[in-house]
Parts: sequence; C-alpha cells; structure tokens
Amino acid sequence: MLSIKNLQARIEEKEILKGINLDIKPGEVHAIMGPNGSGKSTLASVLAGRSSYEVTGGEVEFMGKDLLELSPEDRAREGLFLAFQYPIEIPGVSTTNFIKTAVNETRKYRGEEPLDAVQFLKIMKEKMKLVEIDQTLLSRSLNEGFSGGEKKRNEIFQMAMLEPHLSILDETDSGLDIDALRIVAEGVNKLRDGKRSFLVITHYQRLLDYIVPDFVHVLYKGKIVRSGTKELALELEEKGYDFIKEELGERVDA
Amino acid sequence: MSEMLNTLEQTALSDYKYGWVTQIEADEAPPGLSEDIVRFISAKKKEPEWMLEWRLKAFRQWQKMEVPRWPNVTYPDVDFQSIKYYSAPKQKKTINSLDEVDPELRATFEKLGISLDEQKRLSGVAVDAVIDSVSIATTFKEQLAEQGIIFCSMSEAIQEHPELIRKWLGSVVPATDNFYAALNSAVFSDGSFCYIPKGVKCPMELSTYFRINAAGTGQFERTLIVAEEGSYVSYLEGCTAPMRDENQLHAAVVEIVALDHAEVKYSTVQNWYPGDKEGKGGIFNFVTKRGICAGIHSKISWTQVETGSAVTWKYPSVILKGDYSVGEFYSVAVTNNHQQADTGTKMMHIGKNTRSRIVSKGISAGVSQNSYRGLVQVAKNAANARNFSQCDSLLLGDQCGAHTFPYIEVKNNTAQVEHEATTSKIGEDQIFYCNQRGLDTETAVALIINGFAKEVMNQLPMEFAVEAQKLLAISLEGSVG
Ligand SMILES: Nc1ncnc2c1ncn2[C@@H]1O[C@H](COP(=O)(O)OP(=O)(O)O)[C@@H](O)[C@H]1O
Ligand SMILES: [Mg+2]
Repeated sequence: MLSIKNLQARIEEKEILKGINLDIKPGEVHAIMGPNGSGKSTLASVLAGRSSYEVTGGEVEFMGKDLLELSPEDRAREGLFLAFQYPIEIPGVSTTNFIKTAVNETRKYRGEEPLDAVQFLKIMKEKMKLVEIDQTLLSRSLNEGFSGGEKKRNEIFQMAMLEPHLSILDETDSGLDIDALRIVAEGVNKLRDGKRSFLVITHYQRLLDYIVPDFVHVLYKGKIVRSGTKELALELEEKGYDFIKEELGERVDA
Repeated sequence: MSEMLNTLEQTALSDYKYGWVTQIEADEAPPGLSEDIVRFISAKKKEPEWMLEWRLKAFRQWQKMEVPRWPNVTYPDVDFQSIKYYSAPKQKKTINSLDEVDPELRATFEKLGISLDEQKRLSGVAVDAVIDSVSIATTFKEQLAEQGIIFCSMSEAIQEHPELIRKWLGSVVPATDNFYAALNSAVFSDGSFCYIPKGVKCPMELSTYFRINAAGTGQFERTLIVAEEGSYVSYLEGCTAPMRDENQLHAAVVEIVALDHAEVKYSTVQNWYPGDKEGKGGIFNFVTKRGICAGIHSKISWTQVETGSAVTWKYPSVILKGDYSVGEFYSVAVTNNHQQADTGTKMMHIGKNTRSRIVSKGISAGVSQNSYRGLVQVAKNAANARNFSQCDSLLLGDQCGAHTFPYIEVKNNTAQVEHEATTSKIGEDQIFYCNQRGLDTETAVALIINGFAKEVMNQLPMEFAVEAQKLLAISLEGSVG
C-alpha cells in the first residue's frame, strides 16, 4: 500500500527527515512514536503533500503510484487521509457542506456520480453514530469554536465519511479525555477491514491500548531508530525515550 | 454548493464570460455633451417640456461642478466630450408584445441567462431588461398591474405616470446632488420605475438587468422605487458589459422612498466588465444610491455583491427620517487584478428610535485596492439611535490593499454606535487542509470566500444567491496558488 524509501525532507533549509524507510501493507496498523520535534508531523505533512516542505531525496509509492508526483488533492482522492494534529477553522462554511464537497470531489475523481442530498444525509447519519458526533456540531462552521476534542472527533468523522485506503492520524489522542479517546479508537477500529491501513502517530502508548498496532516505530531526529511490535510501545512507556537515546550512545542528562 | 463548484470548474478558463458583443444596429447620438445633446435625448424620448427643463437645469449645474477627488481610487480623467450619451438598439418598429422583440436582442438576454419569455420563467421574477440606454422589455406587467403595482421603464413612466414622476423624481437624490448625479439627471436615458400602492406586498421579485453593448457609450440609468404605506417589495438589479479596451462610464442614480410601515429590499449583483489582467479597459462605475425611510417603522435594506468594474465608487445610503425606521447595508466587494473599489454606505439617523446595521465584507486579490467608506450620522433630535457596523477584509496575496474609513458623527448622547473591524488572510494552512480533503485550490478558495461572505449572501433572494456565489468564485480565479 505504502512504501517509503530513504525519504528526506526539509523546511526552510532545515533538514528534518533524514532517510525514512517504511513499508505498510494493506490492513496493517503502524504506530509511530517519538519525542517532540522528532519529525512525526513533518512525515505526515510530506506524505500529504504540504508544499512548504521540500522533499530532498527518496521515493514514496502509494497504491502503485509515485506519491510524490501527485498534487495534495490527488493524494487525498487516491485515498490518503490525514487527521490533522491541529485542524484548521473555516468561518462561514458549514461542516456538513465542507464534507459533502470533499466526498463529491473524491467521487468525481474516481468517475463516480456525486451523492445527492438524500444519499449523503443517509451515509452521514450512519457515520455520525459511529463516532458519536452531534448533528448540531456538523451544522456549525467548520471547526470554528469547536473544543479540542470536538475537532479531533470531527477529523475521525471525516475519515469515516471518506473511507480512505490509508489514514494517517497525527496525535489524534492528544488533548482527549478517556471517553473521547475510546470513541476515536472505536471509529478507527470499525474502519479496520483487513484492507485499510493506518499510520498512527502518538506520543503515548495509551492510544495503542485501544488501537492495537501491528508494528511500532520510534522516530528520533528524523530517522526511524527502532521498529518492533506493540511490546516496544510498552517498553517506551516504561523506560521513557531516554533508553533510546542511550542506545544511540547519546548522553542523557538526569 | 457542489453544483456551484461544478460550474466553477467549467468556467475555470473562461475569465469574464459576459464579454461578447451583440451585432445590433443602434440609433446613436454623436459623441459629446452639450445642451443640444440633452435636448436630443429628451426629444428622442418624446418627453414633455417639464422633463426637458429638469434635465437642462441639472446640466447647467453640472457644468459648474468639479469631479470628486476624495475617493481612494486613481484613474485617468474621463473625457466627457468623447462619450456617446445615447445609444438605443434599433427596433424595426414599436413593439406591442414581447414576441415582437428583435430575436438578436432576445438571444442576448438568453445568453445572459435572462429569459424574457414569461411562460418559461419558473422562478416568478419580473424582469425589466435595459440594453445600452433603453429598456427593451418588461415582463409580468399585467399580472402586477392587477394589484396596482407599476413596474415599467422610466421612459414609459414619464409618459404614463407624470404625476408620480414629478412628485418623486429627484426627491431623494436631487438633480444636482453631486457631479455624477447631476450628469445622470441631465442625460439619463432609461431605467426602471416601480410603484407599490398602499398595503400591497409585491408577490414576486422585481428585477432589472442592465447591459452595456455599444462601444464608446456611457450608461446612465435612473431607477426610482416608491413604496406606499404598508407595502413591501424586493428588487434586484444585475449588470454586465462586453470586454472592451477602452474604459466605459456608468453613472446611475437609484432613489427609494419608503412611507409608513413600508419595506424595500434592494439587491445588486454588479458584474460590469472589470478590465483585463493588466488593468486595460473596464467600466468606471460611479453610482449614487439613496433611500429615504420617510415614514414611521419603515425599512430600507441594501444588499450588494460587487465583483465587476475597473473602478467603483458607490455608497448606497439611507436617510432614517421616520421614527422607528430601519436602514441596512450588506455588502460584498471583490477586487482582483487592477480593480479599485471605494464603497460603503451612509446611515443618517434623523427620526427617533432609528436603527441601522452595516455589514461590509471586502475581498481583495491581485494588486487591487478595496476601501470601505462609511458614515454614521446621528442628528441632534435622533434620540435612541442605534448603529452596528461590522467591516471585515479578506486578503488574497500580499500585493493588494484593504482600507477602512469609518466616520461617525453623533450629536445626540443617547446614541449607541458600535463598530467592529477585522482583517484576515486566506492561509496556506486553510488551503492545504482543503486540498487534503480532495478539494483543489480553486475550489478551496471559492469555499473560503463564500464562507467569509455568507452573512451578506444570505440576504440575497434565493434565485440570485447561487449566481452570486459563482460570481465571487469566478472573479477570484487564479488569484491564489
Ligand atoms: N515551519 C517550520 N519552520 C521551521 N522549522 C519547523 C517548522 N515546522 C516544524 N519545524 C521543526 O521541525 C522539527 C520537527 O517538527 P515536527 O515534525 O512537528 O515534530 P513532531 O511532530 O515529531 O513533534 C522540529 O524541530 C520543528 O521545530
Ligand atoms: Mg507533531
């Protein structure tokens, strides 16, 4: 599904990704962990095609296509979804309207008929239940005045509506209370069908109790320094990131 | 919305889509302005003596007036002697019914999306179509007449309803109010007249479509709306013009009178040719629009979506004379490329317990300049006046300008005047977020600006809201990303 080879990227002359290698097969859930500033969001942004990041080397293949050649909107239409760490607000544009536009743009790209209002509402109702999101929230301007938790839930709702092949969740768990966390995880788990894949970026192992990953990777200073199974996440939880630093021969200040 | 976005894509490469010229023979005045031309126009229209006198008085005053220099716009001086002040499409003979309208003309309006065919009009909007200087056809006239509503061209009104015209013409915007109003008073060739009798709620939207077709002409139309006690009408004007390299002058006057408990809603979708990307050509749009809430509990509401014209200079205003009267101004002004707009409103509180509301949304792109200029005046005896003004500017790119000039003059200390203003930019993060959801950048920009302008767009009659949304998007094509 996704194959990243030696990916390097920078922003404003600053090297951030220094050779990432990662393979995600259909149906797999990968978690990426790592201390703040290690490049997790950068990786997500580069995969989604944010233009402020410059790819300086490497290759990425997604669903058999050269991902780096595609515009950001075409990556989305091909089925790559990014749940933003900090979702933005668009005043005056209702969330429903926004999502309908997104769904129909994607359908158009795939040569499918646009959904009419009735069809759209029907699907929306189903997915609303899935992520326990409220109708009144969806009729408000996109993310405007939403609480942190509501914004994150809205991201998962959009993911559910768009049914992407690969979903990248950038710290969707941060700022969520335990109930919201459970709902978000539930939303993800219901989409897991053995074909869709997930790249879950998180700081804490907490989320991984709910979304159980097949693989865990540690990103540190722009490189994946360790990969393992979910036990690695537990080990990190227990020992903190310092043990990684020690393994890498860095001095750790107490 | 998705329908709007589809259309957007289709028109993505079309730039100004109303830029064609219809090959119609025209009956024209030679270029230049003099008393003789004023007489020529009046004679062409077989006007009564009092009308000619009215025009001549305005003309003589105009000759003594100076071009206003205070708006925040720059443009070459207009050579008033090089303009043709009268151009009428040649009809083979006078027409008795719509079926007899020249097919070329009919086709012109079909192309504009305006059907003159009454049977085919599903939306129930009565239309007065004005091409160059002359009203071509007014639809639904008979049905309206049954309720005593008069909706006809200004020329016809001068002939058929002289008592009303003599009473109200120039009563809100005096013939010599300002330079362009005086010019208009001298040479106006047509426009619409609308009269709603006492207690009548006009059952359909009334609208006038203005089209400049002939080269080298100016368009000077005059609109007058009188709403008698307890009546209601919603009125819409739309306008387009061919693409031409030279600038063309449009100097209109609109007057509205609302008597006791009457309400008039006036909406404009202004889409005159804005000139090309280098700033060549385009319409100079210098318009005087003013309404008077003459009676108690009367209400006048201006809504405008301004996307066209090279230079716009226009301040739809309300004189709040009647106690408890209400004035509203909702505006979206878009400027792109080299366009310049200096627009806003005046709310003059004179009666007691009067209220006004101003919502202005300016969107600037390219190297354009967009100014809001508003005056809120509270007279000495206007106890308990209330005003709320909200002026928001949205910038696309960093070479355009947004300016706000709010003037407040309060002479009564019971007044409450509030002003809020914001300036924002369409962010790269907003665009990227939309891209990530499968929206291309054009679609994203359209969505964001329509969101920004929503409060104003919501004021438009349904039939025109979609058209206006498309216009906003089209006017800003290629300005981001
Ligand atoms: N716009 C930017 N300009 C300069 N540096 C940036 C920018 N965005 C991120 N960085 C830097 O890139 C590094 C990686 O950031 P990020 O990918 O957000 O890390 P993480 O998501 O792992 O916390 C950090 O050192 C951060 O300061
Ligand atoms: Mg991050």
